[in-house]
Amino acid sequence: MPAILLLEQSLNGLQFGLMLFLLAAGLTLVFGIMDMINLAHGSLYMIGAYFMASFAQMTGSFWLGLPLALVATAIVGALLEISLLRRLYGRDHLTQVLATFAIILIANEVVRIAWGSQPMMLNTPAELTGPVTLPGGMQYASYRLAIIAVGAVVAILLYLLVTKTRVGMLVRAGASNREMAIAMGVDIRRLFTAVFALGAALCALAGAMLGPIFAVQVGMGENILILAFVVIVIGGIGSIRGAFVGSLLVGIVDTSGRAFLPLFFGVFLPPQLASAAGPAVASVLIYLLMAVVLYFRPQGLFPARG
Amino acid sequence: MKGKLSTFALAALISSGAQAANELKIGFLSTLSGPAGAIGIEIRDGFNLAVKHAGGKLGGLPTEVVFADDTLNPDTGRQLAERLLKRDRVNLMTGVVFSNVMLAVWPTIQESKIFYIAPNATPTNITGKGCSPYFFSASWPNEAHHEAAGAFANSKGYKNTYLIAPNYPAGKDSLTGFKRMYKGNVVAEVYSKLNQLDYSAELAQIRAAKPDALYAFLPGGMGINFIKQFNAAGLAKEVQLILPGFVSDQDVVRAVGEPMLGLFDTSHWAYDLDNDANRQFVAEFEKEYKRIPSLFAEQGYTAALIIDQAVRDAKGNVEDEKTFRAALMKAPEHAKTPRGQFKEAANGTPIQDYYVRELVKDKNGRIVNRKIGTILKQHQDFWLKDCGMK
Repeated sequence: MPAILLLEQSLNGLQFGLMLFLLAAGLTLVFGIMDMINLAHGSLYMIGAYFMASFAQMTGSFWLGLPLALVATAIVGALLEISLLRRLYGRDHLTQVLATFAIILIANEVVRIAWGSQPMMLNTPAELTGPVTLPGGMQYASYRLAIIAVGAVVAILLYLLVTKTRVGMLVRAGASNREMAIAMGVDIRRLFTAVFALGAALCALAGAMLGPIFAVQVGMGENILILAFVVIVIGGIGSIRGAFVGSLLVGIVDTSGRAFLPLFFGVFLPPQLASAAGPAVASVLIYLLMAVVLYFRPQGLFPARG
Repeated sequence: MKGKLSTFALAALISSGAQAANELKIGFLSTLSGPAGAIGIEIRDGFNLAVKHAGGKLGGLPTEVVFADDTLNPDTGRQLAERLLKRDRVNLMTGVVFSNVMLAVWPTIQESKIFYIAPNATPTNITGKGCSPYFFSASWPNEAHHEAAGAFANSKGYKNTYLIAPNYPAGKDSLTGFKRMYKGNVVAEVYSKLNQLDYSAELAQIRAAKPDALYAFLPGGMGINFIKQFNAAGLAKEVQLILPGFVSDQDVVRAVGEPMLGLFDTSHWAYDLDNDANRQFVAEFEKEYKRIPSLFAEQGYTAALIIDQAVRDAKGNVEDEKTFRAALMKAPEHAKTPRGQFKEAANGTPIQDYYVRELVKDKNGRIVNRKIGTILKQHQDFWLKDCGMK
């Protein structure tokens, strides 16, 4: 295994992890603070990507479309919270799962009616198409480097928001003990709407950034939502730090599994068996990781609730 | 009135010696919603266009098409097939997009002795050992596009080819089809996860392996993800990407755009095939739906044309097995389909030409799959050898 390939695969893992973080951050906030299982998080990701594709086409620019998509999706998120999800907070998790699953189906069909059944076109901005040569002669897609940068910036901003600001303090208070936070006079309703809108905006950012390398199509949220749930279960529900570490773990484990497992099995298994075992094990690797984490730390790596 | 009608029916029964239907009811079971719904809608639109051209009368009979959406769920498909056959009492069935749904609904259709005209999925299980007189494909045997791609890689002289497909039965079949024809060296055969999003790990390995060509069978969203990422990684300059035509036609082009340019794909049809029926089909499809038809639309359209021809030739005797099957098997030799006349093999699969197409811009700046050559002539299903039917 040449060193350069090893380096490239590590970068791939980092990049995939940061992609997942964009989505998992919003999910973990909503799940942790509101104690609400929101399966429709993936639908907001889809709506964000569709808004992005539309606005980018309308304005003719990726960078003009981006803020518009974020705002539009945040508004959709806030409206969804006020009109529907608010009524689910007091209910048990099964009711929440059923109701938000219904939202997935409704959102998919609404998107189809509004935008048509064909996948949307959303391409990388002109200045980020094609690869760049990194030090050491490695070719790497410039757009993926941009995703790494955006993911890192979002992680830092969220960290500052949660640990250094008053809003962040309320969020942490809500996450660790909701009743006590209410008793201390925190306006939970407004806080929840704001957190949900923020989560929706993060979804839109994920959808907008990932749209140029993933298919923008009906149902695109469900695939990635499963990974986001794995991330927050590993990281600890409600914890931004947990989502960050969990995302990187999942990204790196998944990528290196796909990259190196077939080679690894090839060392001691006959080729026929190795080519069958490699992909099979690689595809369950992150779930194995989740099982191991849950066995040793049922609350996840960085539980928000004490 | 009622008495008069049944006298007529009786007279018709006596004169024809069998029950000639006075109207045609077609069950169209397809995947019309969900992420994969776009393909079913292409097929449906093509089918509807042909029914419209025939003035709502396929084979001269007033035609009613009953639509049902299987949502890509085999169980739902089976229930809906039961409903179409038992409650709606359809005369013919068509529409299924995906092989897994096809295999689930097939026993039900076969038991009811209703003819099925495939506008897409033509799985080897139904064309080989399990072949049946009730099955008729108006599309192509499942492995044909892959075989054509293997033959194309030979003709281009690609010595080293890298293969990638999702880790599920159809993925393995696709690469088997490719390898059946390809004579060069297979550098690696990679099976990625089903519904995988990120292909950076695979792309890094492909770059390191430096193959001449890359054959990728990644249907639906997987293909869109892969092509976008393949292009962003700058691999398009180093490796020639080849795709089976059914994962790189207009439905995918509309989602990917420019990164599609320069790819090759293989197909039984191209929008610029040089014949009058095709020119008419493409022009009218564009007029009706404001988009360039994909090969799926052509398959739906062709299925309807073949039904039209067969019902006419059988003089409406859809229920008379022998007459209708004979008419059906001869229909593609008379029907004016966009891909031209073709013969049908005994297992109900077309014997037809396969083309290679290049993704280029036409004079209006639209990205199209332009035919650049014929790669397989009068190619027939490999699994015909296992089918005992004559």
